[in-house]
Amino acid sequence: MMTSRINPLLILFTVLVYIFLMGPLIIVLGASVSDTTYLTFPPQGLTLRWFENIFAISAFKRTIITSLELAFLATGLALLIGIPAAYALNRYRIKLPTWLSTVFVLPILVPEIVLGFSLLKSVAVGMQTPIFLTLLVGHMLLVLPYCVRVVSASLASFDFSIEEAAVSLGSPPMKTFFTIVLPNVRSGVIAAFILAFITSINDVSTSLFLTGPGVSTLPIQILAHVEQFFDPTIASVSVLLMLLTVAVMAIVERTLGLTFLAK
Amino acid sequence: MLKRYAGWWLAAPATLAVLVFLILPVAATIATTFGEDGGIFAPYVAFFNSGFRRTVLWRTIEISLATTAISLVVGFLTAYVVSKSPGKLKSLLIIAAVFPLLTGVVVRSFAWLIILGKNGILNNFLVSIGAISEPLSMLYTQGSVIVAMVYLFVPLMILTLVGVLENIPDDVVQASASLGATPAGTFRQVILPLAVPGLIVGAVLVFTGSFTAYATPQLLGGERQMVMGTLMYQRAMVSFDWVGASTIAAIMVVITVTVVLAMSRIARRLNPMAT
Repeated sequence: MMTSRINPLLILFTVLVYIFLMGPLIIVLGASVSDTTYLTFPPQGLTLRWFENIFAISAFKRTIITSLELAFLATGLALLIGIPAAYALNRYRIKLPTWLSTVFVLPILVPEIVLGFSLLKSVAVGMQTPIFLTLLVGHMLLVLPYCVRVVSASLASFDFSIEEAAVSLGSPPMKTFFTIVLPNVRSGVIAAFILAFITSINDVSTSLFLTGPGVSTLPIQILAHVEQFFDPTIASVSVLLMLLTVAVMAIVERTLGLTFLAK
Repeated sequence: MLKRYAGWWLAAPATLAVLVFLILPVAATIATTFGEDGGIFAPYVAFFNSGFRRTVLWRTIEISLATTAISLVVGFLTAYVVSKSPGKLKSLLIIAAVFPLLTGVVVRSFAWLIILGKNGILNNFLVSIGAISEPLSMLYTQGSVIVAMVYLFVPLMILTLVGVLENIPDDVVQASASLGATPAGTFRQVILPLAVPGLIVGAVLVFTGSFTAYATPQLLGGERQMVMGTLMYQRAMVSFDWVGASTIAAIMVVITVTVVLAMSRIARRLNPMAT
């Protein structure tokens, strides 16, 4: 009933906006299956050889593996230190100073590219750490705020008297955390994992300064490849990344419902 | 002892990680710009004395402001229609905004490279319908960077503002209508002012995101449309001028932090629901 009152021009505008949003991604999809050596749309012929070509180029194979390892490890580490922090911020809210929660907003205030450059100077060069380790530190910091905030948000609606009840009935604190608290904030942890994972996989700005000889991430490799070649391989790599997005959205839909993402 | 400080112990690893790997390195980067010969502000004097670097700074500000303004208008109007759509359609429209948002920056910028290139889709199309006789050079212009940046940030704006618009209580809107306001009047006088804090949050996200962007200006602007992010990379990795790069980093941090703090202040003051 409300719909009928929206100005038709506004509806037309919205349709155009969605064409603008979807069009480029559909073009990439079309270009990735085109049987031509250059990027074109609509596709001429139909082939999957550009997808095979991804795995024929060792740099892509290597960076896909690096990016996946990095995303899993960085997200895992960020959750490992982020969940206790989120728990402390909620459970001991009165005892802890307010600036402590501000600490976890700081990574958002610092531009990613500045974080990457600073880690290059202070950690990679200053402490002579291996490239992968520096990348891991960068990505962990990149995703830590998501982990703390999302888990914190779901802990905010958790009734800590349930935990107290379990403890007063003799359950040890650690066991209580894993059997009572964690299952209750499961959806928050899954959401944090997924947001963090996709952020890490797609990151350019933090990784930019932290890749080096032999170790690079997929988005950085794509940037380097585009500057030299302009064939449909990049389009097919892009489609792989879009499939990953679809997978992520399917997991979110299964566990939390997609409306979660609009919050 | 352990029990008394349990909160501190639990928060310690994450706090230390931020301190050791974020605050200290970034502070060190900024500190190196003040220890130079020729006066404490020498690198900044050098930055602002260079016509080229001043141009880069202004270009970055222009691109970011244009991106923010366009994303605000497009995002707000779209979010309004999405929030008023019936259930099923609304979820579909939200999914269609989430999908590009979760697809990486590189993929989304690359798409515009195919569209705007010399032999790109748009040029081929315009030539084939006879609108132009020669392909236009659309890439590596300020316009191409802005289009791709708007493309990057519109989904974020839509999703932020749908959330804001959904939170506007229905009875406020109904009260306005029952008191005789036209739908357009309600939109202008009730919905828009209530959405202002959300619009500011969205604007800050888009402005700081565009101001510090790297991948999109690199792919669609190249050397010809250098911005702060690409200039910083060039200074550090091509010219090995680390002090110059650190100076750019410090300017970015100062502008980002100032914008965030100033705007959140304004957002609080403009919030009509605040008491």
